[in-house]
Amino acid sequence: MATRQHDTQVSIGTRVLGALGRVAVSILVPLLAFGVLRQGFIFLRDADAPKWVIVLVAIVWGVGGVAMLYAVANWVVERLPGRATKHLQPYVFVGPAAAILIWYLALPTLRTFWASLQDANSFEFVGLKNYVYAFTDRSMLVVFRNNLMWVVIGTLFSVAIGLLVAVLADRSRFERTAKALIFLPMAISFVGAGVIWNFVYEVRDTADPQIGLLNAFWVGWFGGEPQAWTAFNQPLNNLFLILIVVWLQSGFAMVLFSAAIKGVPTEQLEAARVDGASELQTFFRVVIPAIIGTILTVTTTVVIFTLKIFDVVWVMTGGQFGTDVIATQFFRQFFVAGNNGRGSAIAIVLLVAVIPVMIYNLGQFRQRETF
Amino acid sequence: MDAPGSKRIFRWVINGALAVIVIVWSIPTVGLFVSSFRDREEIARTGWWTVFPHREYVTTETYAPEGLDPNGPMTIEGVTATFEEFRQGVPAADGGQILWVGNKRNGRIEIQERQWAYFGNLTLQNYGQVLAGKEVEIRRPDGTTRTQQGDNLTGAFLNSVAVAVPATVIPILIAAFAAYGFAWMNFPGRRTLFVMVVALLVVPLQISLIPILRDYVRLDINGTFLAVWLAHTGFGLPLATYLLYNYISQLPRDILESAFVDGASHFVVFRRLILPLSVPALASFAIFQFLWVWNDYLVALVFIGAKADSEVLTQRLAGLIGSKGDDWHLLTSGAFITMLLPLLVFFALQRFFVRGLLAGSVKG
Repeated sequence: MATRQHDTQVSIGTRVLGALGRVAVSILVPLLAFGVLRQGFIFLRDADAPKWVIVLVAIVWGVGGVAMLYAVANWVVERLPGRATKHLQPYVFVGPAAAILIWYLALPTLRTFWASLQDANSFEFVGLKNYVYAFTDRSMLVVFRNNLMWVVIGTLFSVAIGLLVAVLADRSRFERTAKALIFLPMAISFVGAGVIWNFVYEVRDTADPQIGLLNAFWVGWFGGEPQAWTAFNQPLNNLFLILIVVWLQSGFAMVLFSAAIKGVPTEQLEAARVDGASELQTFFRVVIPAIIGTILTVTTTVVIFTLKIFDVVWVMTGGQFGTDVIATQFFRQFFVAGNNGRGSAIAIVLLVAVIPVMIYNLGQFRQRETF
Repeated sequence: MDAPGSKRIFRWVINGALAVIVIVWSIPTVGLFVSSFRDREEIARTGWWTVFPHREYVTTETYAPEGLDPNGPMTIEGVTATFEEFRQGVPAADGGQILWVGNKRNGRIEIQERQWAYFGNLTLQNYGQVLAGKEVEIRRPDGTTRTQQGDNLTGAFLNSVAVAVPATVIPILIAAFAAYGFAWMNFPGRRTLFVMVVALLVVPLQISLIPILRDYVRLDINGTFLAVWLAHTGFGLPLATYLLYNYISQLPRDILESAFVDGASHFVVFRRLILPLSVPALASFAIFQFLWVWNDYLVALVFIGAKADSEVLTQRLAGLIGSKGDDWHLLTSGAFITMLLPLLVFFALQRFFVRGLLAGSVKG
């Protein structure tokens, strides 16, 4: 009898100690992990080590840190009693993503909107004054005109060229090489593209030899005067900037169209040919309707992308010569002029411009997903 | 009925049109590549296409204009013209050209012939300057020399690597965890959160720059790598989560269920089953994100800003563009070096990249 009581007492004590131990470890391990990470952060920020050491440590710290945090969090959660684990673990998986999305994208939308209702230093509430500026100021009207040009002309040409190349390549022997070469500019940064196209657009005096390709043709073959293509002849100068982005992103359209074209059922094509339709007729009556979904998707993606263009304009002309677009104007208002209110208002205008696509996406999601 | 002849013509038309498009498309890039090997002076003086053999006027004789009065019409080599016309170049009888170089008081006459010529002074000097920061001797027009310190892009290259690698891996990790959670776990708020992900797919990053910058400054982490990684993570998460969710939710149920039956926890299943099975999707998005981050300019400009030590390649390149004319030779090789890595990545992993695009195309 006495032994059994003794056993129970010991086991309760051990169990309590065991539980305490587990809790302690569960707290200490995360703290330790956090401590290690913090040390790494301080080292990266302040240390004077050679560059490549810092870079290596940064990569290991960044990637390893995130992995470690997940591992530790899961470890802690899985040590909890079963029901707690089942309820908490999904939040370990989804939590970080949700938190980041909320802090980096969802919340800023509200904060930017709030800032757009305030003055330049975010002190006073000024109502819709910034929006009045955004929609009526002459510089902004130029911006809207330019963005319209970008969206309409840029999208039209990107989609058209992408489609054209996809169709041609589909029938050609050199399909893979051709597609790779057309797609290649996508790997080039906008800044790099700016450099490349500088060599095309460069203008020199009449007396000097032209080193820009376009002017060399213009002066040499057509006998014209050297032109500053991206500076004069507003608003036509925008076209030369648009050309750069078309050059960069037609590859994207081409890839998607190529896949779509290959997905057109061959029976339909055969049927059309048997009926005596010419190539052109087959293309317009069979192929286009079959890939209309892709055309829509590509167009909306390109439109959104074009609305956000910043790098090319900023690097080539700085937004001068009437080439300003929404993104460059945003940058100038906020970072150059330091005007929080106006910058925020312009950002909100940009958001409003893409809301139709957001609604479309959500509608599609509702239909498709058996969530 | 198609006669074999017309079919061949058709094929020629298609291949021909395609070839023309591809060649014209590649000319700008080729131009930069050729220019990067040219001498500094040459870049500023002549177009890059002069590297290739072409016909142009080459001076065969030079002499001083003895006894000629530039203020009136002059007769040189049997050709009569005014000073201005000789300045531009007057065609001579034999198909060549007579040129007056200089001004009225101080000049010389050059007799030129049309010949095949090429400015083939190719050099690796630009690359040397840009990579190793070598010093270069530059001859000024009046004959004196000066040395110029080359610009060292290696630091910026390392910075780009330090920014791009974690900014690619971290979003993928976080998105993979979240995608798995959405696909295989049940919890309150699951649908709402995912709707949020879909909605955020199109939000422009300009929306976030102002508030996030303010947060960073307040937390005193602005300008650090961590700040940029988190920013890129935030901007890339919606697409990553969406793509990975599409992929993971279509993995065969039975494999996962048998693992659960065997007593594996969610974490173990994720680590040992989901991640290896999702490699194609992970790779696709990784390439996409890597290229985007490597080539990014705006986010780096905002969050790294003026910290010269931490500048990435795009910033450095943009800075070089600003200095017009003088440093264009550095621009050529610099730009090509910045393009080299993404081009290599792209060509090596083309298939994955394309697949990633196709998967993402479902949503704008």
